[in-house]
Amino acid sequence: MELVLALGIGILTASGVWLILRPRTFQVILGLSLISYAVNMFIYAMGRLKVDAPPIVGSGAVEASRYDDPLPQALVLTAIVISFAMTALLLVVLLASRGITGTDHVDGDDGE
Amino acid sequence: MSAGWAGHLIIVPILLPLVAGAVLLLLREQRRTAKRVIALGTTATLVLVSALLLTGVACTGFAGDPATLVYRIGNWPAPFGIVLVLDWLSALMLVLTSVVGLATLIYAATRWDQAGPRFHTLLLFQLMGLNGAFLTGDLFNLFVFFEVLLAASFGLLLHGSSKARIKAALHYVALNVATSLLFLIGAALIYGVTGTLNMAHLVLQVASVSDQDLPMLQAGMAILTIAFLVKAGMWPLGFWLPRTYATAAPPVAALFTILSKVGVYAVLRVPLLLFVGEISRTAGAAQQWLFFGGVCTIAFGIIGVLAARRLSRIAGYSLTISAGTLLAAVGAGEGSVLAGALFYLVSSTLAVAAFYLLIELVERRDAATALGGEPVFDDEYVGLMPMEQESEIGVVIPASVAILGGGFAFCVLLIAGLPPLSGFLAKFAMINGLLDLRDTVGAPVWWLVGLIVGSGLATLIATTRAGIDLIWAPSESPQPALQLTEILPVGLLLAICLALTIFAGPVMRYMERTSQSLGDRHGYVEAVLGPQAAGR
Repeated sequence: MELVLALGIGILTASGVWLILRPRTFQVILGLSLISYAVNMFIYAMGRLKVDAPPIVGSGAVEASRYDDPLPQALVLTAIVISFAMTALLLVVLLASRGITGTDHVDGDDGE
Repeated sequence: MSAGWAGHLIIVPILLPLVAGAVLLLLREQRRTAKRVIALGTTATLVLVSALLLTGVACTGFAGDPATLVYRIGNWPAPFGIVLVLDWLSALMLVLTSVVGLATLIYAATRWDQAGPRFHTLLLFQLMGLNGAFLTGDLFNLFVFFEVLLAASFGLLLHGSSKARIKAALHYVALNVATSLLFLIGAALIYGVTGTLNMAHLVLQVASVSDQDLPMLQAGMAILTIAFLVKAGMWPLGFWLPRTYATAAPPVAALFTILSKVGVYAVLRVPLLLFVGEISRTAGAAQQWLFFGGVCTIAFGIIGVLAARRLSRIAGYSLTISAGTLLAAVGAGEGSVLAGALFYLVSSTLAVAAFYLLIELVERRDAATALGGEPVFDDEYVGLMPMEQESEIGVVIPASVAILGGGFAFCVLLIAGLPPLSGFLAKFAMINGLLDLRDTVGAPVWWLVGLIVGSGLATLIATTRAGIDLIWAPSESPQPALQLTEILPVGLLLAICLALTIFAGPVMRYMERTSQSLGDRHGYVEAVLGPQAAGR
């Protein structure tokens, strides 16, 4: 379980970093999205992995080890919404840049 | 605390711009006067509220009581609920933000807010994000407010979209999204080790982290600090700053001067609270990095300022220099150096903001900085209707060149740190504090002192060269027509700097208390979590 998650985060991050360093705007945006998925999973992993454990603690005396940590889930939810909005914003800038410069190079010209 | 309405005043700087900005969205773009009135009223109220908060902190603080105020949102006790914390530093930053915001807004009301849609809303949201970032006492909320202010800053950067702006914005947005991801990784690592994100609770938890977990915590803190340093513009992470700011519309660039100080604020707040001082097992290393990073940043800024040909670039590099000076001073130590650095922060932010506003007035004569390009979005209009609109607001003042020249000289004195203005006093206080450290820190202190003095000289050379070209050289183009509403905000910012010079004594006392409170982790924890937790 841990290995699968770690590999997933690692592969997503590596692919994302590679894509960010590419010269085309769309690749950069995809790279940022991939890294944000990796980061979301990473936040989730920081609450420790548990299978079949409910995240909500009831009232009275409870044994905390039987429950999942609810906070990272809330954090991930916030992070997903924010990164979604940022990606949308980046897409708008991409389209504006494409329209006004006529190329999808990140520097606005192909250097030809 | 929380006696009646005064207790709820802390949340006003966040709620008010949010509500006002949302209301402005409902108004049609054509109802410009209504938008201006609402936005100006909101910002003026913000200035008032933050001044009230500042006097509140100063009064209780100087009377000997703990000055830190805590506002529990939803009245949930910390660390379970979210808290807003108002202390010496955040009160100072709130006042600075609202003053720069007001000046920007007055300036933009003459013509710049017509260069694109929804300027006022974006500006108010930006103020909300800034105020929230200064007030929050929670690491994750700091992230959220960072995102709010960044999202608004993306919109503002694109204001009056032209080719150059869109190209700069593409880099700026991508860079900041990547930085935010670093912020999240850092915060997640810290949460994974300590199990909390409340800053006061973190202070307690960090002290009891086992040796085995310490490297993880340090890695998290380092990644988080890198995210802050990108915002602050430390070399080599701050290469984007001068270019991006130079392409932004002048009032936007003036507002962005406070944006780059958010990074410095976050460095002052988070790493200093958690990682420096007696509770830390990693002291020294982090501060040394800050110190040398700051020194390199000043050197980079000096080279940039000397190489820059346009005034907006010069202003951008002087921001880099001021960020470097602040970071190096933070790295050098607490106490009197930090007090001087805080004074410098206020003075240089106001001066550079005024400088950005003034640049546009000076360069308008050459009109090369023309607005324009093609509209990108359907509801956008590009290019102003300067002539018929300009007579609408304000009175055209004669002798505009004299006023511009005077203001320009005033700004240069402030930014370069020459006597008799506040820039000089701030540098003097910092160097004075640094000389006390020469026994403990040694030779690097002299580098920093040399660079602080040298950066003043470099700024002076660069601005004089550019100023002679622009203001005193004969030109065929007609005299610039100045509006009272454009000179007023510049005058306002410069008048505050003048007041800082005249009332340097009380201001310096406030800064000294601020720097003491930054070192006082115990007081911070006690204010947020209550006396029992702090007494542990």
